[in-house]
Formats: sequence, structure tokens, C-alpha cells
Amino acid sequence: MAYTVVGKSVSRADAVAKVTGKAKYTDDFSERGMLVGKILHSPYAHALVKSIDVSKAKALPGVEAVITHQDIPKIRYATAIPGVIEAIATDEVGVAELKYATAGHPFSLDPSHRDKEDRYILTQRARFIGDNIAAVVATDALTASKALKLIEVEYEELEALTTTEAALKEGAPLIHDDCERNILSSAGYVIGDIEQALKESDHLIEGEYETSIVQHCHLENQISLAYVDSDRRIVIMTSTQIPHIVRRIVAQALGISWGRVRVIKPYVGGGFGNKQDVTVEPLNAVMSLAVGGRPVKLELSREEAMIDTRTRHAFKFKIKTGVNSDGKINGIQIEAVSNTGAYASHGHSIASSGGGKFRYLYQTKALKYEPLTVFTNLPVAGAMRGYGTPQIFFAFESHIEDISRKLKLDPIELRKINLVETGHVDPLNQTVIRSCGIRECIDKGKELIKWDAKKALYKEQKGVKRRGLGMACFSYASGTYPVALELGGARIVMNQDGSVQLQLGATEIGQGSDTVFAQMVAEVLGIPMHMVHVISTQDTDISPFDTGSYASRQTYVSGMAVEKAALEVKRKVLAVAHSMTDIPAHLLDLKQQHIVMKESGERVMELEVAAMQSYYDRVHAQPITSDVTNNARINAIPYGVTFAEVEVDIKTGKIKILEIFNVHDSGKIVNPQLAEGQVHGGVGMAIGYAISEQLLFDEKTGQPLNNNLLDYKLPTIMDIPEIGAAFVEKEDPTGPFGVKALGEPPIISPAPAIRNAVLDATGVAFNRIPMNPQRVFEKFKEAGLTLN
Amino acid sequence: MYDIKAYYEAESVEEAARLLAEKPNLKLIAGGTDVLIKMHGGQLEEAELLSLRKIKSLENIHVRDDGTVAIGAMATFSVIFHNAMLKKLIPVLTEAAVSMGGPQIRNIATIGGNVCNGATSADSASSLFALNARLKLQDEKGERVVPIREFYLGPGKVALNPGEILTEILIAPEDYLGFGGQYIKFAMREAMDIATLGVAAVCKVENGNFAEVRIGLGVAGPTPLRCLEAEEYARGKKITAETLKEIGKLAVRSTKARTSWRASKEYREHLVEELTQRALKTAVVNAGGAEVV
Repeated sequence: MAYTVVGKSVSRADAVAKVTGKAKYTDDFSERGMLVGKILHSPYAHALVKSIDVSKAKALPGVEAVITHQDIPKIRYATAIPGVIEAIATDEVGVAELKYATAGHPFSLDPSHRDKEDRYILTQRARFIGDNIAAVVATDALTASKALKLIEVEYEELEALTTTEAALKEGAPLIHDDCERNILSSAGYVIGDIEQALKESDHLIEGEYETSIVQHCHLENQISLAYVDSDRRIVIMTSTQIPHIVRRIVAQALGISWGRVRVIKPYVGGGFGNKQDVTVEPLNAVMSLAVGGRPVKLELSREEAMIDTRTRHAFKFKIKTGVNSDGKINGIQIEAVSNTGAYASHGHSIASSGGGKFRYLYQTKALKYEPLTVFTNLPVAGAMRGYGTPQIFFAFESHIEDISRKLKLDPIELRKINLVETGHVDPLNQTVIRSCGIRECIDKGKELIKWDAKKALYKEQKGVKRRGLGMACFSYASGTYPVALELGGARIVMNQDGSVQLQLGATEIGQGSDTVFAQMVAEVLGIPMHMVHVISTQDTDISPFDTGSYASRQTYVSGMAVEKAALEVKRKVLAVAHSMTDIPAHLLDLKQQHIVMKESGERVMELEVAAMQSYYDRVHAQPITSDVTNNARINAIPYGVTFAEVEVDIKTGKIKILEIFNVHDSGKIVNPQLAEGQVHGGVGMAIGYAISEQLLFDEKTGQPLNNNLLDYKLPTIMDIPEIGAAFVEKEDPTGPFGVKALGEPPIISPAPAIRNAVLDATGVAFNRIPMNPQRVFEKFKEAGLTLN
Repeated sequence: MYDIKAYYEAESVEEAARLLAEKPNLKLIAGGTDVLIKMHGGQLEEAELLSLRKIKSLENIHVRDDGTVAIGAMATFSVIFHNAMLKKLIPVLTEAAVSMGGPQIRNIATIGGNVCNGATSADSASSLFALNARLKLQDEKGERVVPIREFYLGPGKVALNPGEILTEILIAPEDYLGFGGQYIKFAMREAMDIATLGVAAVCKVENGNFAEVRIGLGVAGPTPLRCLEAEEYARGKKITAETLKEIGKLAVRSTKARTSWRASKEYREHLVEELTQRALKTAVVNAGGAEVV
């Protein structure tokens, strides 16, 4: 379909605000008399707090409050009863500590679908180095830091379990008393008769693959500002992807009614899933309550944020695949062990989500997925861009490459033989693939990188530097349906001049959602972009309900609500025009700020005239607005592929990525330039995942070794080649304007494509990432790869 | 927020030296890219700082009449990199300068601060070692000059006596004239990283033979170091792939690499052997020699 604004690379709605520094982030806000909060973290990976002496810290001038786990029930009790905030910490109230779940999922009315409640605001039992033991509120950051050093804690050390093997071992101590063998969950699935499928295959191929713990490294660390307002409600401004969920979880953590919490989300400097979780907010609320509701800012340093927020789950896979000589895959059996760290967070759903989204790529007779999500005394793993899929696709897209080599089949043809087709119905959740451009993506990628010509060129290399090509595919989903609730909310108010305000529950966190929503509204209402004013701030008191930015859901799920809201406004405008002209509304349309005849394009009146009528008609005045919620009970499956060319230095083990192309089928692309930006960001992250990034810990103590940006090797712009982004726009009939998800997908397939390119260049298969120089060097040595 | 108890600024070296003598607690701060990090990390509390940033004479880079290159301790890495004279005379040093940090850091970090911080990973150190640099130190009573090899005592430890300020880095003409050099910073990233290994090689070529070779290594031991055994071996040898190979092997013998989570001893030694050869290979070409194939 031909669109005017949708499909065009219009400038970001917030471009000027961000470039001129007018965009305000949480740290740009301050309140009169604002205090500073800081956290005392556990220095032990597993320990009991025997005693805490805060007297010296409290005595330091400038310290306003020192809080330990003992104070939390009192503060909670006081806040639960409106009007008794002043009573805080004055008397013993003896209310038990409250556990809460942090994962940013929509609430479920079904208790069995809720997240595991295993977190205390401050804990008496440390489960990882970085766990929150005590907190200080002071007049300034320096005083708060000094006070932390004056808190005397006596710990009783417990055995630290830093690997999943140690945690699963018979007789290992339990990190959570109610989780046997330290297993959080093991929910997998079986399709067909896997034993039979493997047995009747010509070849049985096995492989083991491993991914590492990495961190989001969003530019803006976790930061929030909390105070109690004149209405005795707790107000929290925070850098989050999920303001409405933060409201609920803070209320749950404090044991108060949800309406007594108000959450405000200003501009956010990136999240990548780490802010689809509640981290600093409940403690920040407690800090404010501990000082009589005064404003307190709590900002994590990079060193804190890298271990005391969330990380990406490290996975270990064992895969067994039955395949016939012609390349047809009969059955796949995948065992996965996922390291979820010290608390549940999103852990249980990440292993299952990865296994679920994986099913949309290849068709087999039988598929068995057995994940095990295991607690360890390491930082908490949670949501991160891709949500379990970068792990499983690294494993399987490496594995299928290994199969192609064993069977001497072309790796691309082998994949094509097994790919799903449009019309495929998922046997477990009945999702229908209504658009599938994976084959076109592969063909386009192959052409872009000049696959055939380079393959021929790179045969028989002997030198120190060798080149190779690799590719990998992926499938994903647009939002979480049918697993979770998918509500999108949008509200539009038309002004007298025909311009509109667009209010969203969906959150702009840098990905560009405000812009694409504005484009949708501009398209439907026939107005230019500058007449759509997006309210970028979400305020749970004001903004429509929408669960936020995650699962690559917004353009698809929230976009449905936006489109509906715009269509409702359009209908109302045309009704006004009808009342003024007696031309039936169904003959009218909105184009270029005019009401026009749909067929001929004849201009009937300016949009402004109808808008003025709606405001000031002496009889029928009623400003045009819409307030829409959409419950998306459907999904659309995005696809894509990475093609990579690498050069490997055989002597130093360094891998250089020469060219990389990501080709995506994300349906209709609303804004090509923003879409390319998403791909650049995702591929850049994936390159780090593939060759350099890994959070390291001392295996004995669980001590983080590199929780800073010097020692954690996040790539710089100098390490990233020019990234090629291309799109195959298979419009999905269910998506607003035919869109499908794009936010997370770019990070999924580059790592296995790079791995396969290194295999092509050197003949050495790396089944573990990152492929950093030392590992590459050691593996070459082990494989006997030498010069001459 | 930094834990700064007092802050002084000197306008001249003399004033700085006097202040240091009066208040032995003072910690010198140049660009601040190391000192402030230490304060941020809590390793330096209630600091009393003496800033050298107002002493413009310390930013001077010039060639003395006798050909000695004198680099003021407060010259920033950006200034060193962009200095046309240095680029022409001692490119191995300007290359090292631009490998350091990122543009913002290079704009404030100084070479004197880099040296006095005493880190084996200092990006300027390998080249300064290979260049036989000498350091001019000044205190209230006078000045002395020490070779850089005697200045580094251990990790974070340098031979700066109480009251002394590093004012100039000196490179004698016989140490750079006629030499070709190459610096390789091997790090996990192409920018904003700490070296896994720094290799600076300089050499003089005569009739296809090495007249002189000097190799400075960073992160191959607790301090930057020289590969004297390899250098001695190289003298007078014909420049061939075999000679380079032997130099690489011998270079490892001067190192004191250790295994840490950053890299294993074995890998570091392998890198020393390989990268010394690569650096020297380019240095030969830069010195006017023929390319070794």
C-alpha cells in the first residue's frame, strides 16, 4: 500500500531535544532539599548477616538515615497506613519482611503464572557479591559513601556456588530453601516422538555449545528519584522501560495499595531489557520514607550497575539431531542449562522463551527441549535483548553448520530444506505464520556479501591471516502473546488547529517508538509529522495503561492501539465534516490537513475548520479525542539472517570482522532510517557477544573481576565494521500497517554467523563464545593449527 | 563527587617545588586521568592536591641545540601526537601517544603523569624505554636526571623522591637519529583499552645488518622493560626472517609475564615472541632497510 508518512525516514521526534540537550533524563531533575542515597553491597557471594552496627555511620555529620533489613518492616508498616509516615522507626511493629518478585511481566490473575517472589528490599542473607545489605541517606554523595564504610557488618560465610555444575551437585547447599537442587524451573516441551525420529534418521549428530554472561551496558545507569507528595503518595521518577509495572512492584514490595505509588518515566538512556525489571525503585522509596518523605536520589555507578542489576543468562547446550542424507531434519533434542544467578527475576521465562521462539524457524517431525534454569551465587540474570534467543540460536545455528560439514551439504541449502513456510502452524501454541520472508532474506544476504565469489576466492588459504564467510538465521516474535497479556494504550487529543497530542503507555527508551507512533497517527489523520506532539514522558497517573517497552512489542502491539486511536479521531473528524456539509462520512477522507472526497480528492474543507467546529459549535461542541486500549491476542513472526566475513590472525588469535550484513523480514518498515539504526545497534552488541564481551568472576569466591568498562570489553566504534542493514518487507496482515517486530532481532544471528565464518576461515569450530584472542589462540593450539 | 580536602595550583615549577616541600602531604595532579580514577575508586581519600596545569612552561616540546628532544611533562597525548616535529623525528612515540585512551582522555592526559603513575601498561612507556629516555626531576633544592629504566621500581612505584616533580623527558640525538621504529599496542579493543602487550622496537640498519636494536615492552612484567639479551644478539646480524625469529625468542627471556584473568603467561609470552618480530619488521623498513619476507 502507498503511504505518505509511514515508510519514510522522517527525523526522530526527539532528535532536536536530544541534540540540544533539552531532553531531560532522571538525573536532570532535582527537588529542593534533595538527599542522596547509597547502597552497602555484600562482599561475600553467600553469607548470613549476623549483626550490623550502624552507630558510627549514623553519627557522621550529614547522614540522615541508615537503613538495614531490620528497618524495612517498620517503614513498610508505617507507609501501609496513610498518615503515619512520621511514625517511622520510632516503635517496634513486628511485621514480617516481605518478599517480592522483580521481573517486569504484566501481572497475572492466575497465581501459577506469577513470577517467583524471592527478593527482599534489603537482605539478611547475601546470595551474590553485590547483594543489598544496608543503605544510607545523606546530604551529599561523598558523605553517603563515607558512611557506607562506617557500617560494621558481621557475616557468616556460606559455601558459594559459582557454577551451575556446583549448584546441581548432590548435597550442594540451597540458595533458596524452597528450590530443590537449586533449580528454578525446568519447563520444556516435546513435539512428536523424538526417540523414533532420531532412530529413523540416516545420521545422528551431536554437539555441545556454550554462551557467557554479558551485560547490557546501557549508557544511562539505573537511577531514580523518590519522594512523598502532599497527597502522601510515593512518587518515583525512574529510568525504566516499564513505568506501570514499576508502580505495581513497588507497591507490592512495600505492601501498600498500588494507587499510592506514582511512577514517572522521563527520557531514558537505553535499557536493552535491564530496565524491564525493578532494581533500585523499592529501595529508593524506602530511602525517602526513612527521611520523612524527603526527596532522595539513588544512582548506581557503572561498577554497581554491572553486577547489581541484571545480566544475560549463560547457557550450556547439548544438542542431538537426526538428519537424513538428503538434509531433511527428522528430530532435534536440545538440553539446556541456564545460569540464572542469585534470584529468579525473569529466569524461568527466558529459557522457555528462547525455546519457544526457536520453533518458528525449522520444521521437524519431532522436537524435544529440556531446559534447566539453575540458581548460583552470581549476579542476577534477567531480561536482555533477545531474551534467551541469542543463546539458543548461537547453539543451533552453529550446530546446523556442523551438520552441513559432516554431511558435506551446502550450509545454506541445508537450512532451506528445513525452513518453515508461510501458513505453518506451531503445533504447541497454534501461532500461524502469516508472513515469512526468510528465504528472500537469505538470497539477499548472499548477494550483498558476494558469497559465491568470495567462497571460491578463500579456498586453500595458507597465510597468517585467513578469511572466511559464515551465515546464520533466526526467528523471533512480536510481543509475548500467547504467553502473556499484550495490552497497548494510546490517547489522542485534537487541538483547534488540527494538530494532536499523542499520549502513550508505550515507552520511548531510545529505540524510536515515539517517532513511529507519530508517523502512524500522521498517516491516518493526513497531517504532517510536526502536527503530532508526542508526550514522551510516561506518568502512571496520567498515561494510558500499557506494560511498556520489551519483547519487541511496541510497534506491533502498541501500534495497534495507536492506529485504532487515530482511526477513532478520524471517524469523529469526518462525522463533524458530515454534520457541516451533509456529505456522507464514508465518502470522505483526510489528506494534507484537509477533508477531501475519497474518490476524486476534491478538497471539502480544511481540517482546522472541522476541528474549530468541534470545539466551539454552540450546540454540539465536543473536542475530538480518543482513548483506546487494544488487547493483542495474536502474533506475527519476524525473520532474518546474518552474513559475515572475517579475517583471522592465526598467530595472535584476533578476529577481525570485515563485512557484516543483517537482512530482516520485520514486515513493513515504518521508518527505514530508524530501522537501520536498530540493526546497527543490535549487530554491534552481537559482535561484542561473539568476540569480546564476558563478565568474569573468581570461580572460588564469586568476586566479579571486570565490572567496569575498561576491563569488560564492550566494543568501541573502532571495533565495529560498517554494518549493512537490509529489509525484506513481507507485510504481515495482522500488524498495524503490516509491521512485525524489529527491536531485539538484530542481536540474534550475528554471533553464530561470525563463528561459522571463523570455522570457514580456519577449519576450527568454536562452540563457546566469546571468541576472544586468547581463547582463539589456545583453541588453534589444541586443534594443531599451525602455519606451513 | 571527589574526596578532595585541599587544592593548590602552582604558577611555576619553583612555586610547585616550594609548596611540595612545605606540605609533604600534597599529591601532584596533572591531567587527572589517573588520580581522579583512584579517588573515584576510593584508593585515595581526603586528597590534598597540587595541580601543575597552570605551569605552561611544562607543556613545551622542543629540540635543544645539541639535538636532544625535550618534552615537557605536562604535554598532553594529543599535543604530542599532533606535534609535527616529533612526528618527523620520533614517530614511534607519537604512535604510542595516539594509541592511548580515546580523544577526550588524550586531550587532558599528560605524558609526565603517564610515566609517574608507574603502570607497566603506560602507553608511552615502551617507546620511552626503547628510546633510552631520561627524566629530569626537580625539587626545591635543584634537579637531577635519571634514565627511565631506573625510574620504574615496581607496579605503581617510581623513583620520585619526596618533593620532586618530573619536569621534562629527554631523548638524546644518538638514541633517535637514524633509527626507524614501530609501536604495536596489542589490546582487546582498537581504542579506549589497556594494552595486553605494548611493543616498541627501534633499530638502525647498515648494509642489510642491524647496527643497533632496542626493544621496549609494556605489560610483559611488573614494570616496562627492555629486551637486552635480544638486543645484544641482534647487533651486527644480517636482517633475515631467521634473525627476527631468534630475536623474538630471546625477547621472551627478558620478560616476567604472569598469568592473570586478563591473559595467561603462555599467551603473553607467545605475543611477545610474535609481536616483537612484527614490530621490528616494520621498524626495519622505517629505518630504510629492505622488507623482510
